[in-house]
Amino acid sequence: MPFISNTDEEREEMLAAIGVKKFDELLKNIPEKFLLNKECCLERGKSELEIKRIISALAAKNISTTKANSFLGAGVYDHFIPAAVDHVIIKPEFHSAYTPYQAEVSQGTLQYIYEYQTLICELTGMEISNAGMYDGASAAAEAILMATRENGRKKAVLAGTINPNYLQVIKTYTTGVGLKLVVVKEKKGVIDLDDLREKVDEKTSCVVIQTPNFLGYIEEIRKIEKIAHSEPKALLISAVDPISLAILNSPKEYKADIVIGEGQALGNSQSYGGPLFGFMATNLKLARKMPGRIVGATKDAVGNRCYALTLQAREQHIRRSKATSNICSNQALCNLAATVYMCLMGRNGLKEAALQSTTKAHYLAARINEIEGVNLLTDRPFFKEFAIKFNQPVEDVINKLKKLKIFPGVNLTEYGYANTLLIAVTEKKRKQDLDELISALREVVNG
Amino acid sequence: MAKTIFEKHSSGRKGYTLPANDIDLQLEDCIPNSFLRTEALRFPEVSELDVMRHFLELSHMNHCIEKGFYPLGSCTMKYNPKINETLARDDGFMNIHPLQEEDTVQGALQILFELQQDLAEISGFDRVTLQPVAGAQGEFTGLKIISAYHKYKNNHKTKIIIPDSAHGTNPASVILAGYEVVEIASNDEGIVDISALRAATTDDVAGFMLTNPNTLGLFESQIEEIAEIIHKVDGLIYMDGANFNALMGLVKPGKIGFDIMHYNLHKTFSTPHGGGGPGSGPIGVRQDLIKFLPVPMIAKDGDRYYLDYGNEATSIGKVHTFLGNFLVNLRAYIYIKMLGSEGLRRVSENAVINANYIRKKMEDHYYIKFNRVCMHEFVASSKWQKEKYGIKTLDIAKRILDKGFHAPTIYFPLIVSEAMMIEPTETESKETLDAFIAAMIEIAHECEENPENLHNAPITTPVRRVDDTLAVKQLNVKYEIGK
Repeated sequence: MPFISNTDEEREEMLAAIGVKKFDELLKNIPEKFLLNKECCLERGKSELEIKRIISALAAKNISTTKANSFLGAGVYDHFIPAAVDHVIIKPEFHSAYTPYQAEVSQGTLQYIYEYQTLICELTGMEISNAGMYDGASAAAEAILMATRENGRKKAVLAGTINPNYLQVIKTYTTGVGLKLVVVKEKKGVIDLDDLREKVDEKTSCVVIQTPNFLGYIEEIRKIEKIAHSEPKALLISAVDPISLAILNSPKEYKADIVIGEGQALGNSQSYGGPLFGFMATNLKLARKMPGRIVGATKDAVGNRCYALTLQAREQHIRRSKATSNICSNQALCNLAATVYMCLMGRNGLKEAALQSTTKAHYLAARINEIEGVNLLTDRPFFKEFAIKFNQPVEDVINKLKKLKIFPGVNLTEYGYANTLLIAVTEKKRKQDLDELISALREVVNG
Repeated sequence: MAKTIFEKHSSGRKGYTLPANDIDLQLEDCIPNSFLRTEALRFPEVSELDVMRHFLELSHMNHCIEKGFYPLGSCTMKYNPKINETLARDDGFMNIHPLQEEDTVQGALQILFELQQDLAEISGFDRVTLQPVAGAQGEFTGLKIISAYHKYKNNHKTKIIIPDSAHGTNPASVILAGYEVVEIASNDEGIVDISALRAATTDDVAGFMLTNPNTLGLFESQIEEIAEIIHKVDGLIYMDGANFNALMGLVKPGKIGFDIMHYNLHKTFSTPHGGGGPGSGPIGVRQDLIKFLPVPMIAKDGDRYYLDYGNEATSIGKVHTFLGNFLVNLRAYIYIKMLGSEGLRRVSENAVINANYIRKKMEDHYYIKFNRVCMHEFVASSKWQKEKYGIKTLDIAKRILDKGFHAPTIYFPLIVSEAMMIEPTETESKETLDAFIAAMIEIAHECEENPENLHNAPITTPVRRVDDTLAVKQLNVKYEIGK
């Protein structure tokens, strides 16, 4: 049998050592009627050669973004990933290692988490980062729960411009524990500040925004901050695109209290949407309310610097029903990929990726806007993603472009924006890729 | 100790290349100044070689499966086949976007659909969702389904019962789902105390969470009675499937009384632990609970696979931004296809044999509170060593590291003092088990002859015993760049 070391002879020897004649005797504590008397009906096991053929054939049924000109984003992005990233994460010492509870044999994992935390703090301007969450959506939900633990208030005011998938996950996470969710209206691509002002009151635990938001536009963060922090202060939770922070205001600059986001863009492939990873950072005074693992520097018995999990009294394996969260397994290896990515790209590489993404996106938006029958949703500032509106069914546009192996963007119709397309651009796009989309759109709309 | 990457910074070094920007626009042309970052970003500037050397140096300080044995109870640290890694890196899987049109991702959808079917077949449930990305998120999803079920039936329920041997995630998930925890003690045999359960099962009980085999490695044989008690008040029984590696091909939990169960694909189905994740925690449910599963589900119509939002009105909603950890699910799919029914049964059989073999060989040297035939794991204790020589489980665990093995899960379950929970998995050979047993016996002798070896342990590891109290007292959670 594959991946089972012991032979039948060894198995017999071991059974004898245990003191039983046959395996079935080891099942004596299971009532007989529960035991299966025939095999499950899965297909017979496949050899490596066979499985390789099967899986490769299934992979070939997918059209990857490598083989298409894709402008899909909405939370998962096709940024450049240096080859070295995968060479690090596939090393068994990282790949097949357990959670670093035994610190003496997990210093590699602990140190890279410490470095990851440092990089996330540097990017966001915050004082403490945890070791990661499942994805941006669950990080947002956990941040809301964290805010409630901090101030005891039960109302969360959410920007209507956050990723609708985040909103759905937030609902799942908060409905059982008596939180009230209030959604602020969208107006011309960003949230309506008047509506926000009206909805924030003394019962408000937190204000949750995303900037750049789901539609790609940069929110009026300083004005939002003033409203959120007017007495009695609510906590400002900001969901951010980590790549954007190389050039856009860090959340510290606009006084965010908790920063979360989807980290996939940092060195992780699109992977059909998973694994992703969420990041979360905050200020030290909120540290004990934070969910997830945290690594701290410390010393060993002979005084050498080393690392350990810290503030574990927040976690489920210690506090059980009083823990700050139920999270145990997280997305550690994705955090490692992000760490390696941030180190390779460095301060200049990350800026370059952000700059190319934004300039290319702006070139594309301006040229698309010139097409008769297509309009930008708004002229507000954006980063690498923007929305365009058609005078015709957007499904037709998508289907026609698909035949040309172009994925022109995410159809926003089902999210409440009729015949609107959300277009994402990264540094990987060449001018010719952008021009290809522009002429294809022109043809479809006017042709 | 290794320097941090920040101490390796040298201005002007580059670890990446990008093509020149072929769009002639400046940042100022695109975004108003007021939105631009003013604080310098002080990421390190290092070369690719600097980065590779750094992470290689870090990697050498880690234990991993390829280096040695992990006898970690309830964690199922089995070997992760390499073919999974090769195949999961196919461009057709890594570079597909979650919002692509369904007809451009038929291969991915087929894999997810078939994995749902296979997991349902193996466990005897009617339908499976692959959306939860970790065991704890599976628990949460299951509890939300319990909550949705009661809401649907207009039942007023406030409590979930959990045995005192449960994983810490169980009570934490219960709270997250908005229920109160009622803990019941286990009986003298280490399994559910039926009279305690009966007493705790009031009309406001929403459900019961049970790990089977439990964290002592014992099969919860009274499940029929348990089901009767819980179902009588219209409660649901959730199975924590962390220990499912003991049951494949032997017992189908969905056929013996459980209503919902999560699987840990990163345990039972060999996907790598990755130093803490990503995992995958699908759940299976019985027929009448399908309508509450997260949306979307993966469905099939003729030859076409598609995302099914049909149960949106009754669903608990979404627990993940997209469809869960696809690449992890893919690895589990490959594993199941390679083993087939017979292989999976052999996995569980050998896991049970390996655990009983160690138990038998250790029983004269370590106290085993519930010393009877176990499933895939058992719980030993340092009770004798503590009483006679003042040696704690922590000391023994650290000494095991010196012998080249990872330590067992320690101080858990809470109902065994000085617990050491040992799970060998089926992938380990008899020689490895013999070497581990010999090390454990040697350590038992050391407790008597050289107790200082235990107090000082570990000595052969990359660092000596780590002070985690100091890590809390002098909280230092990031490197001060530039200092």
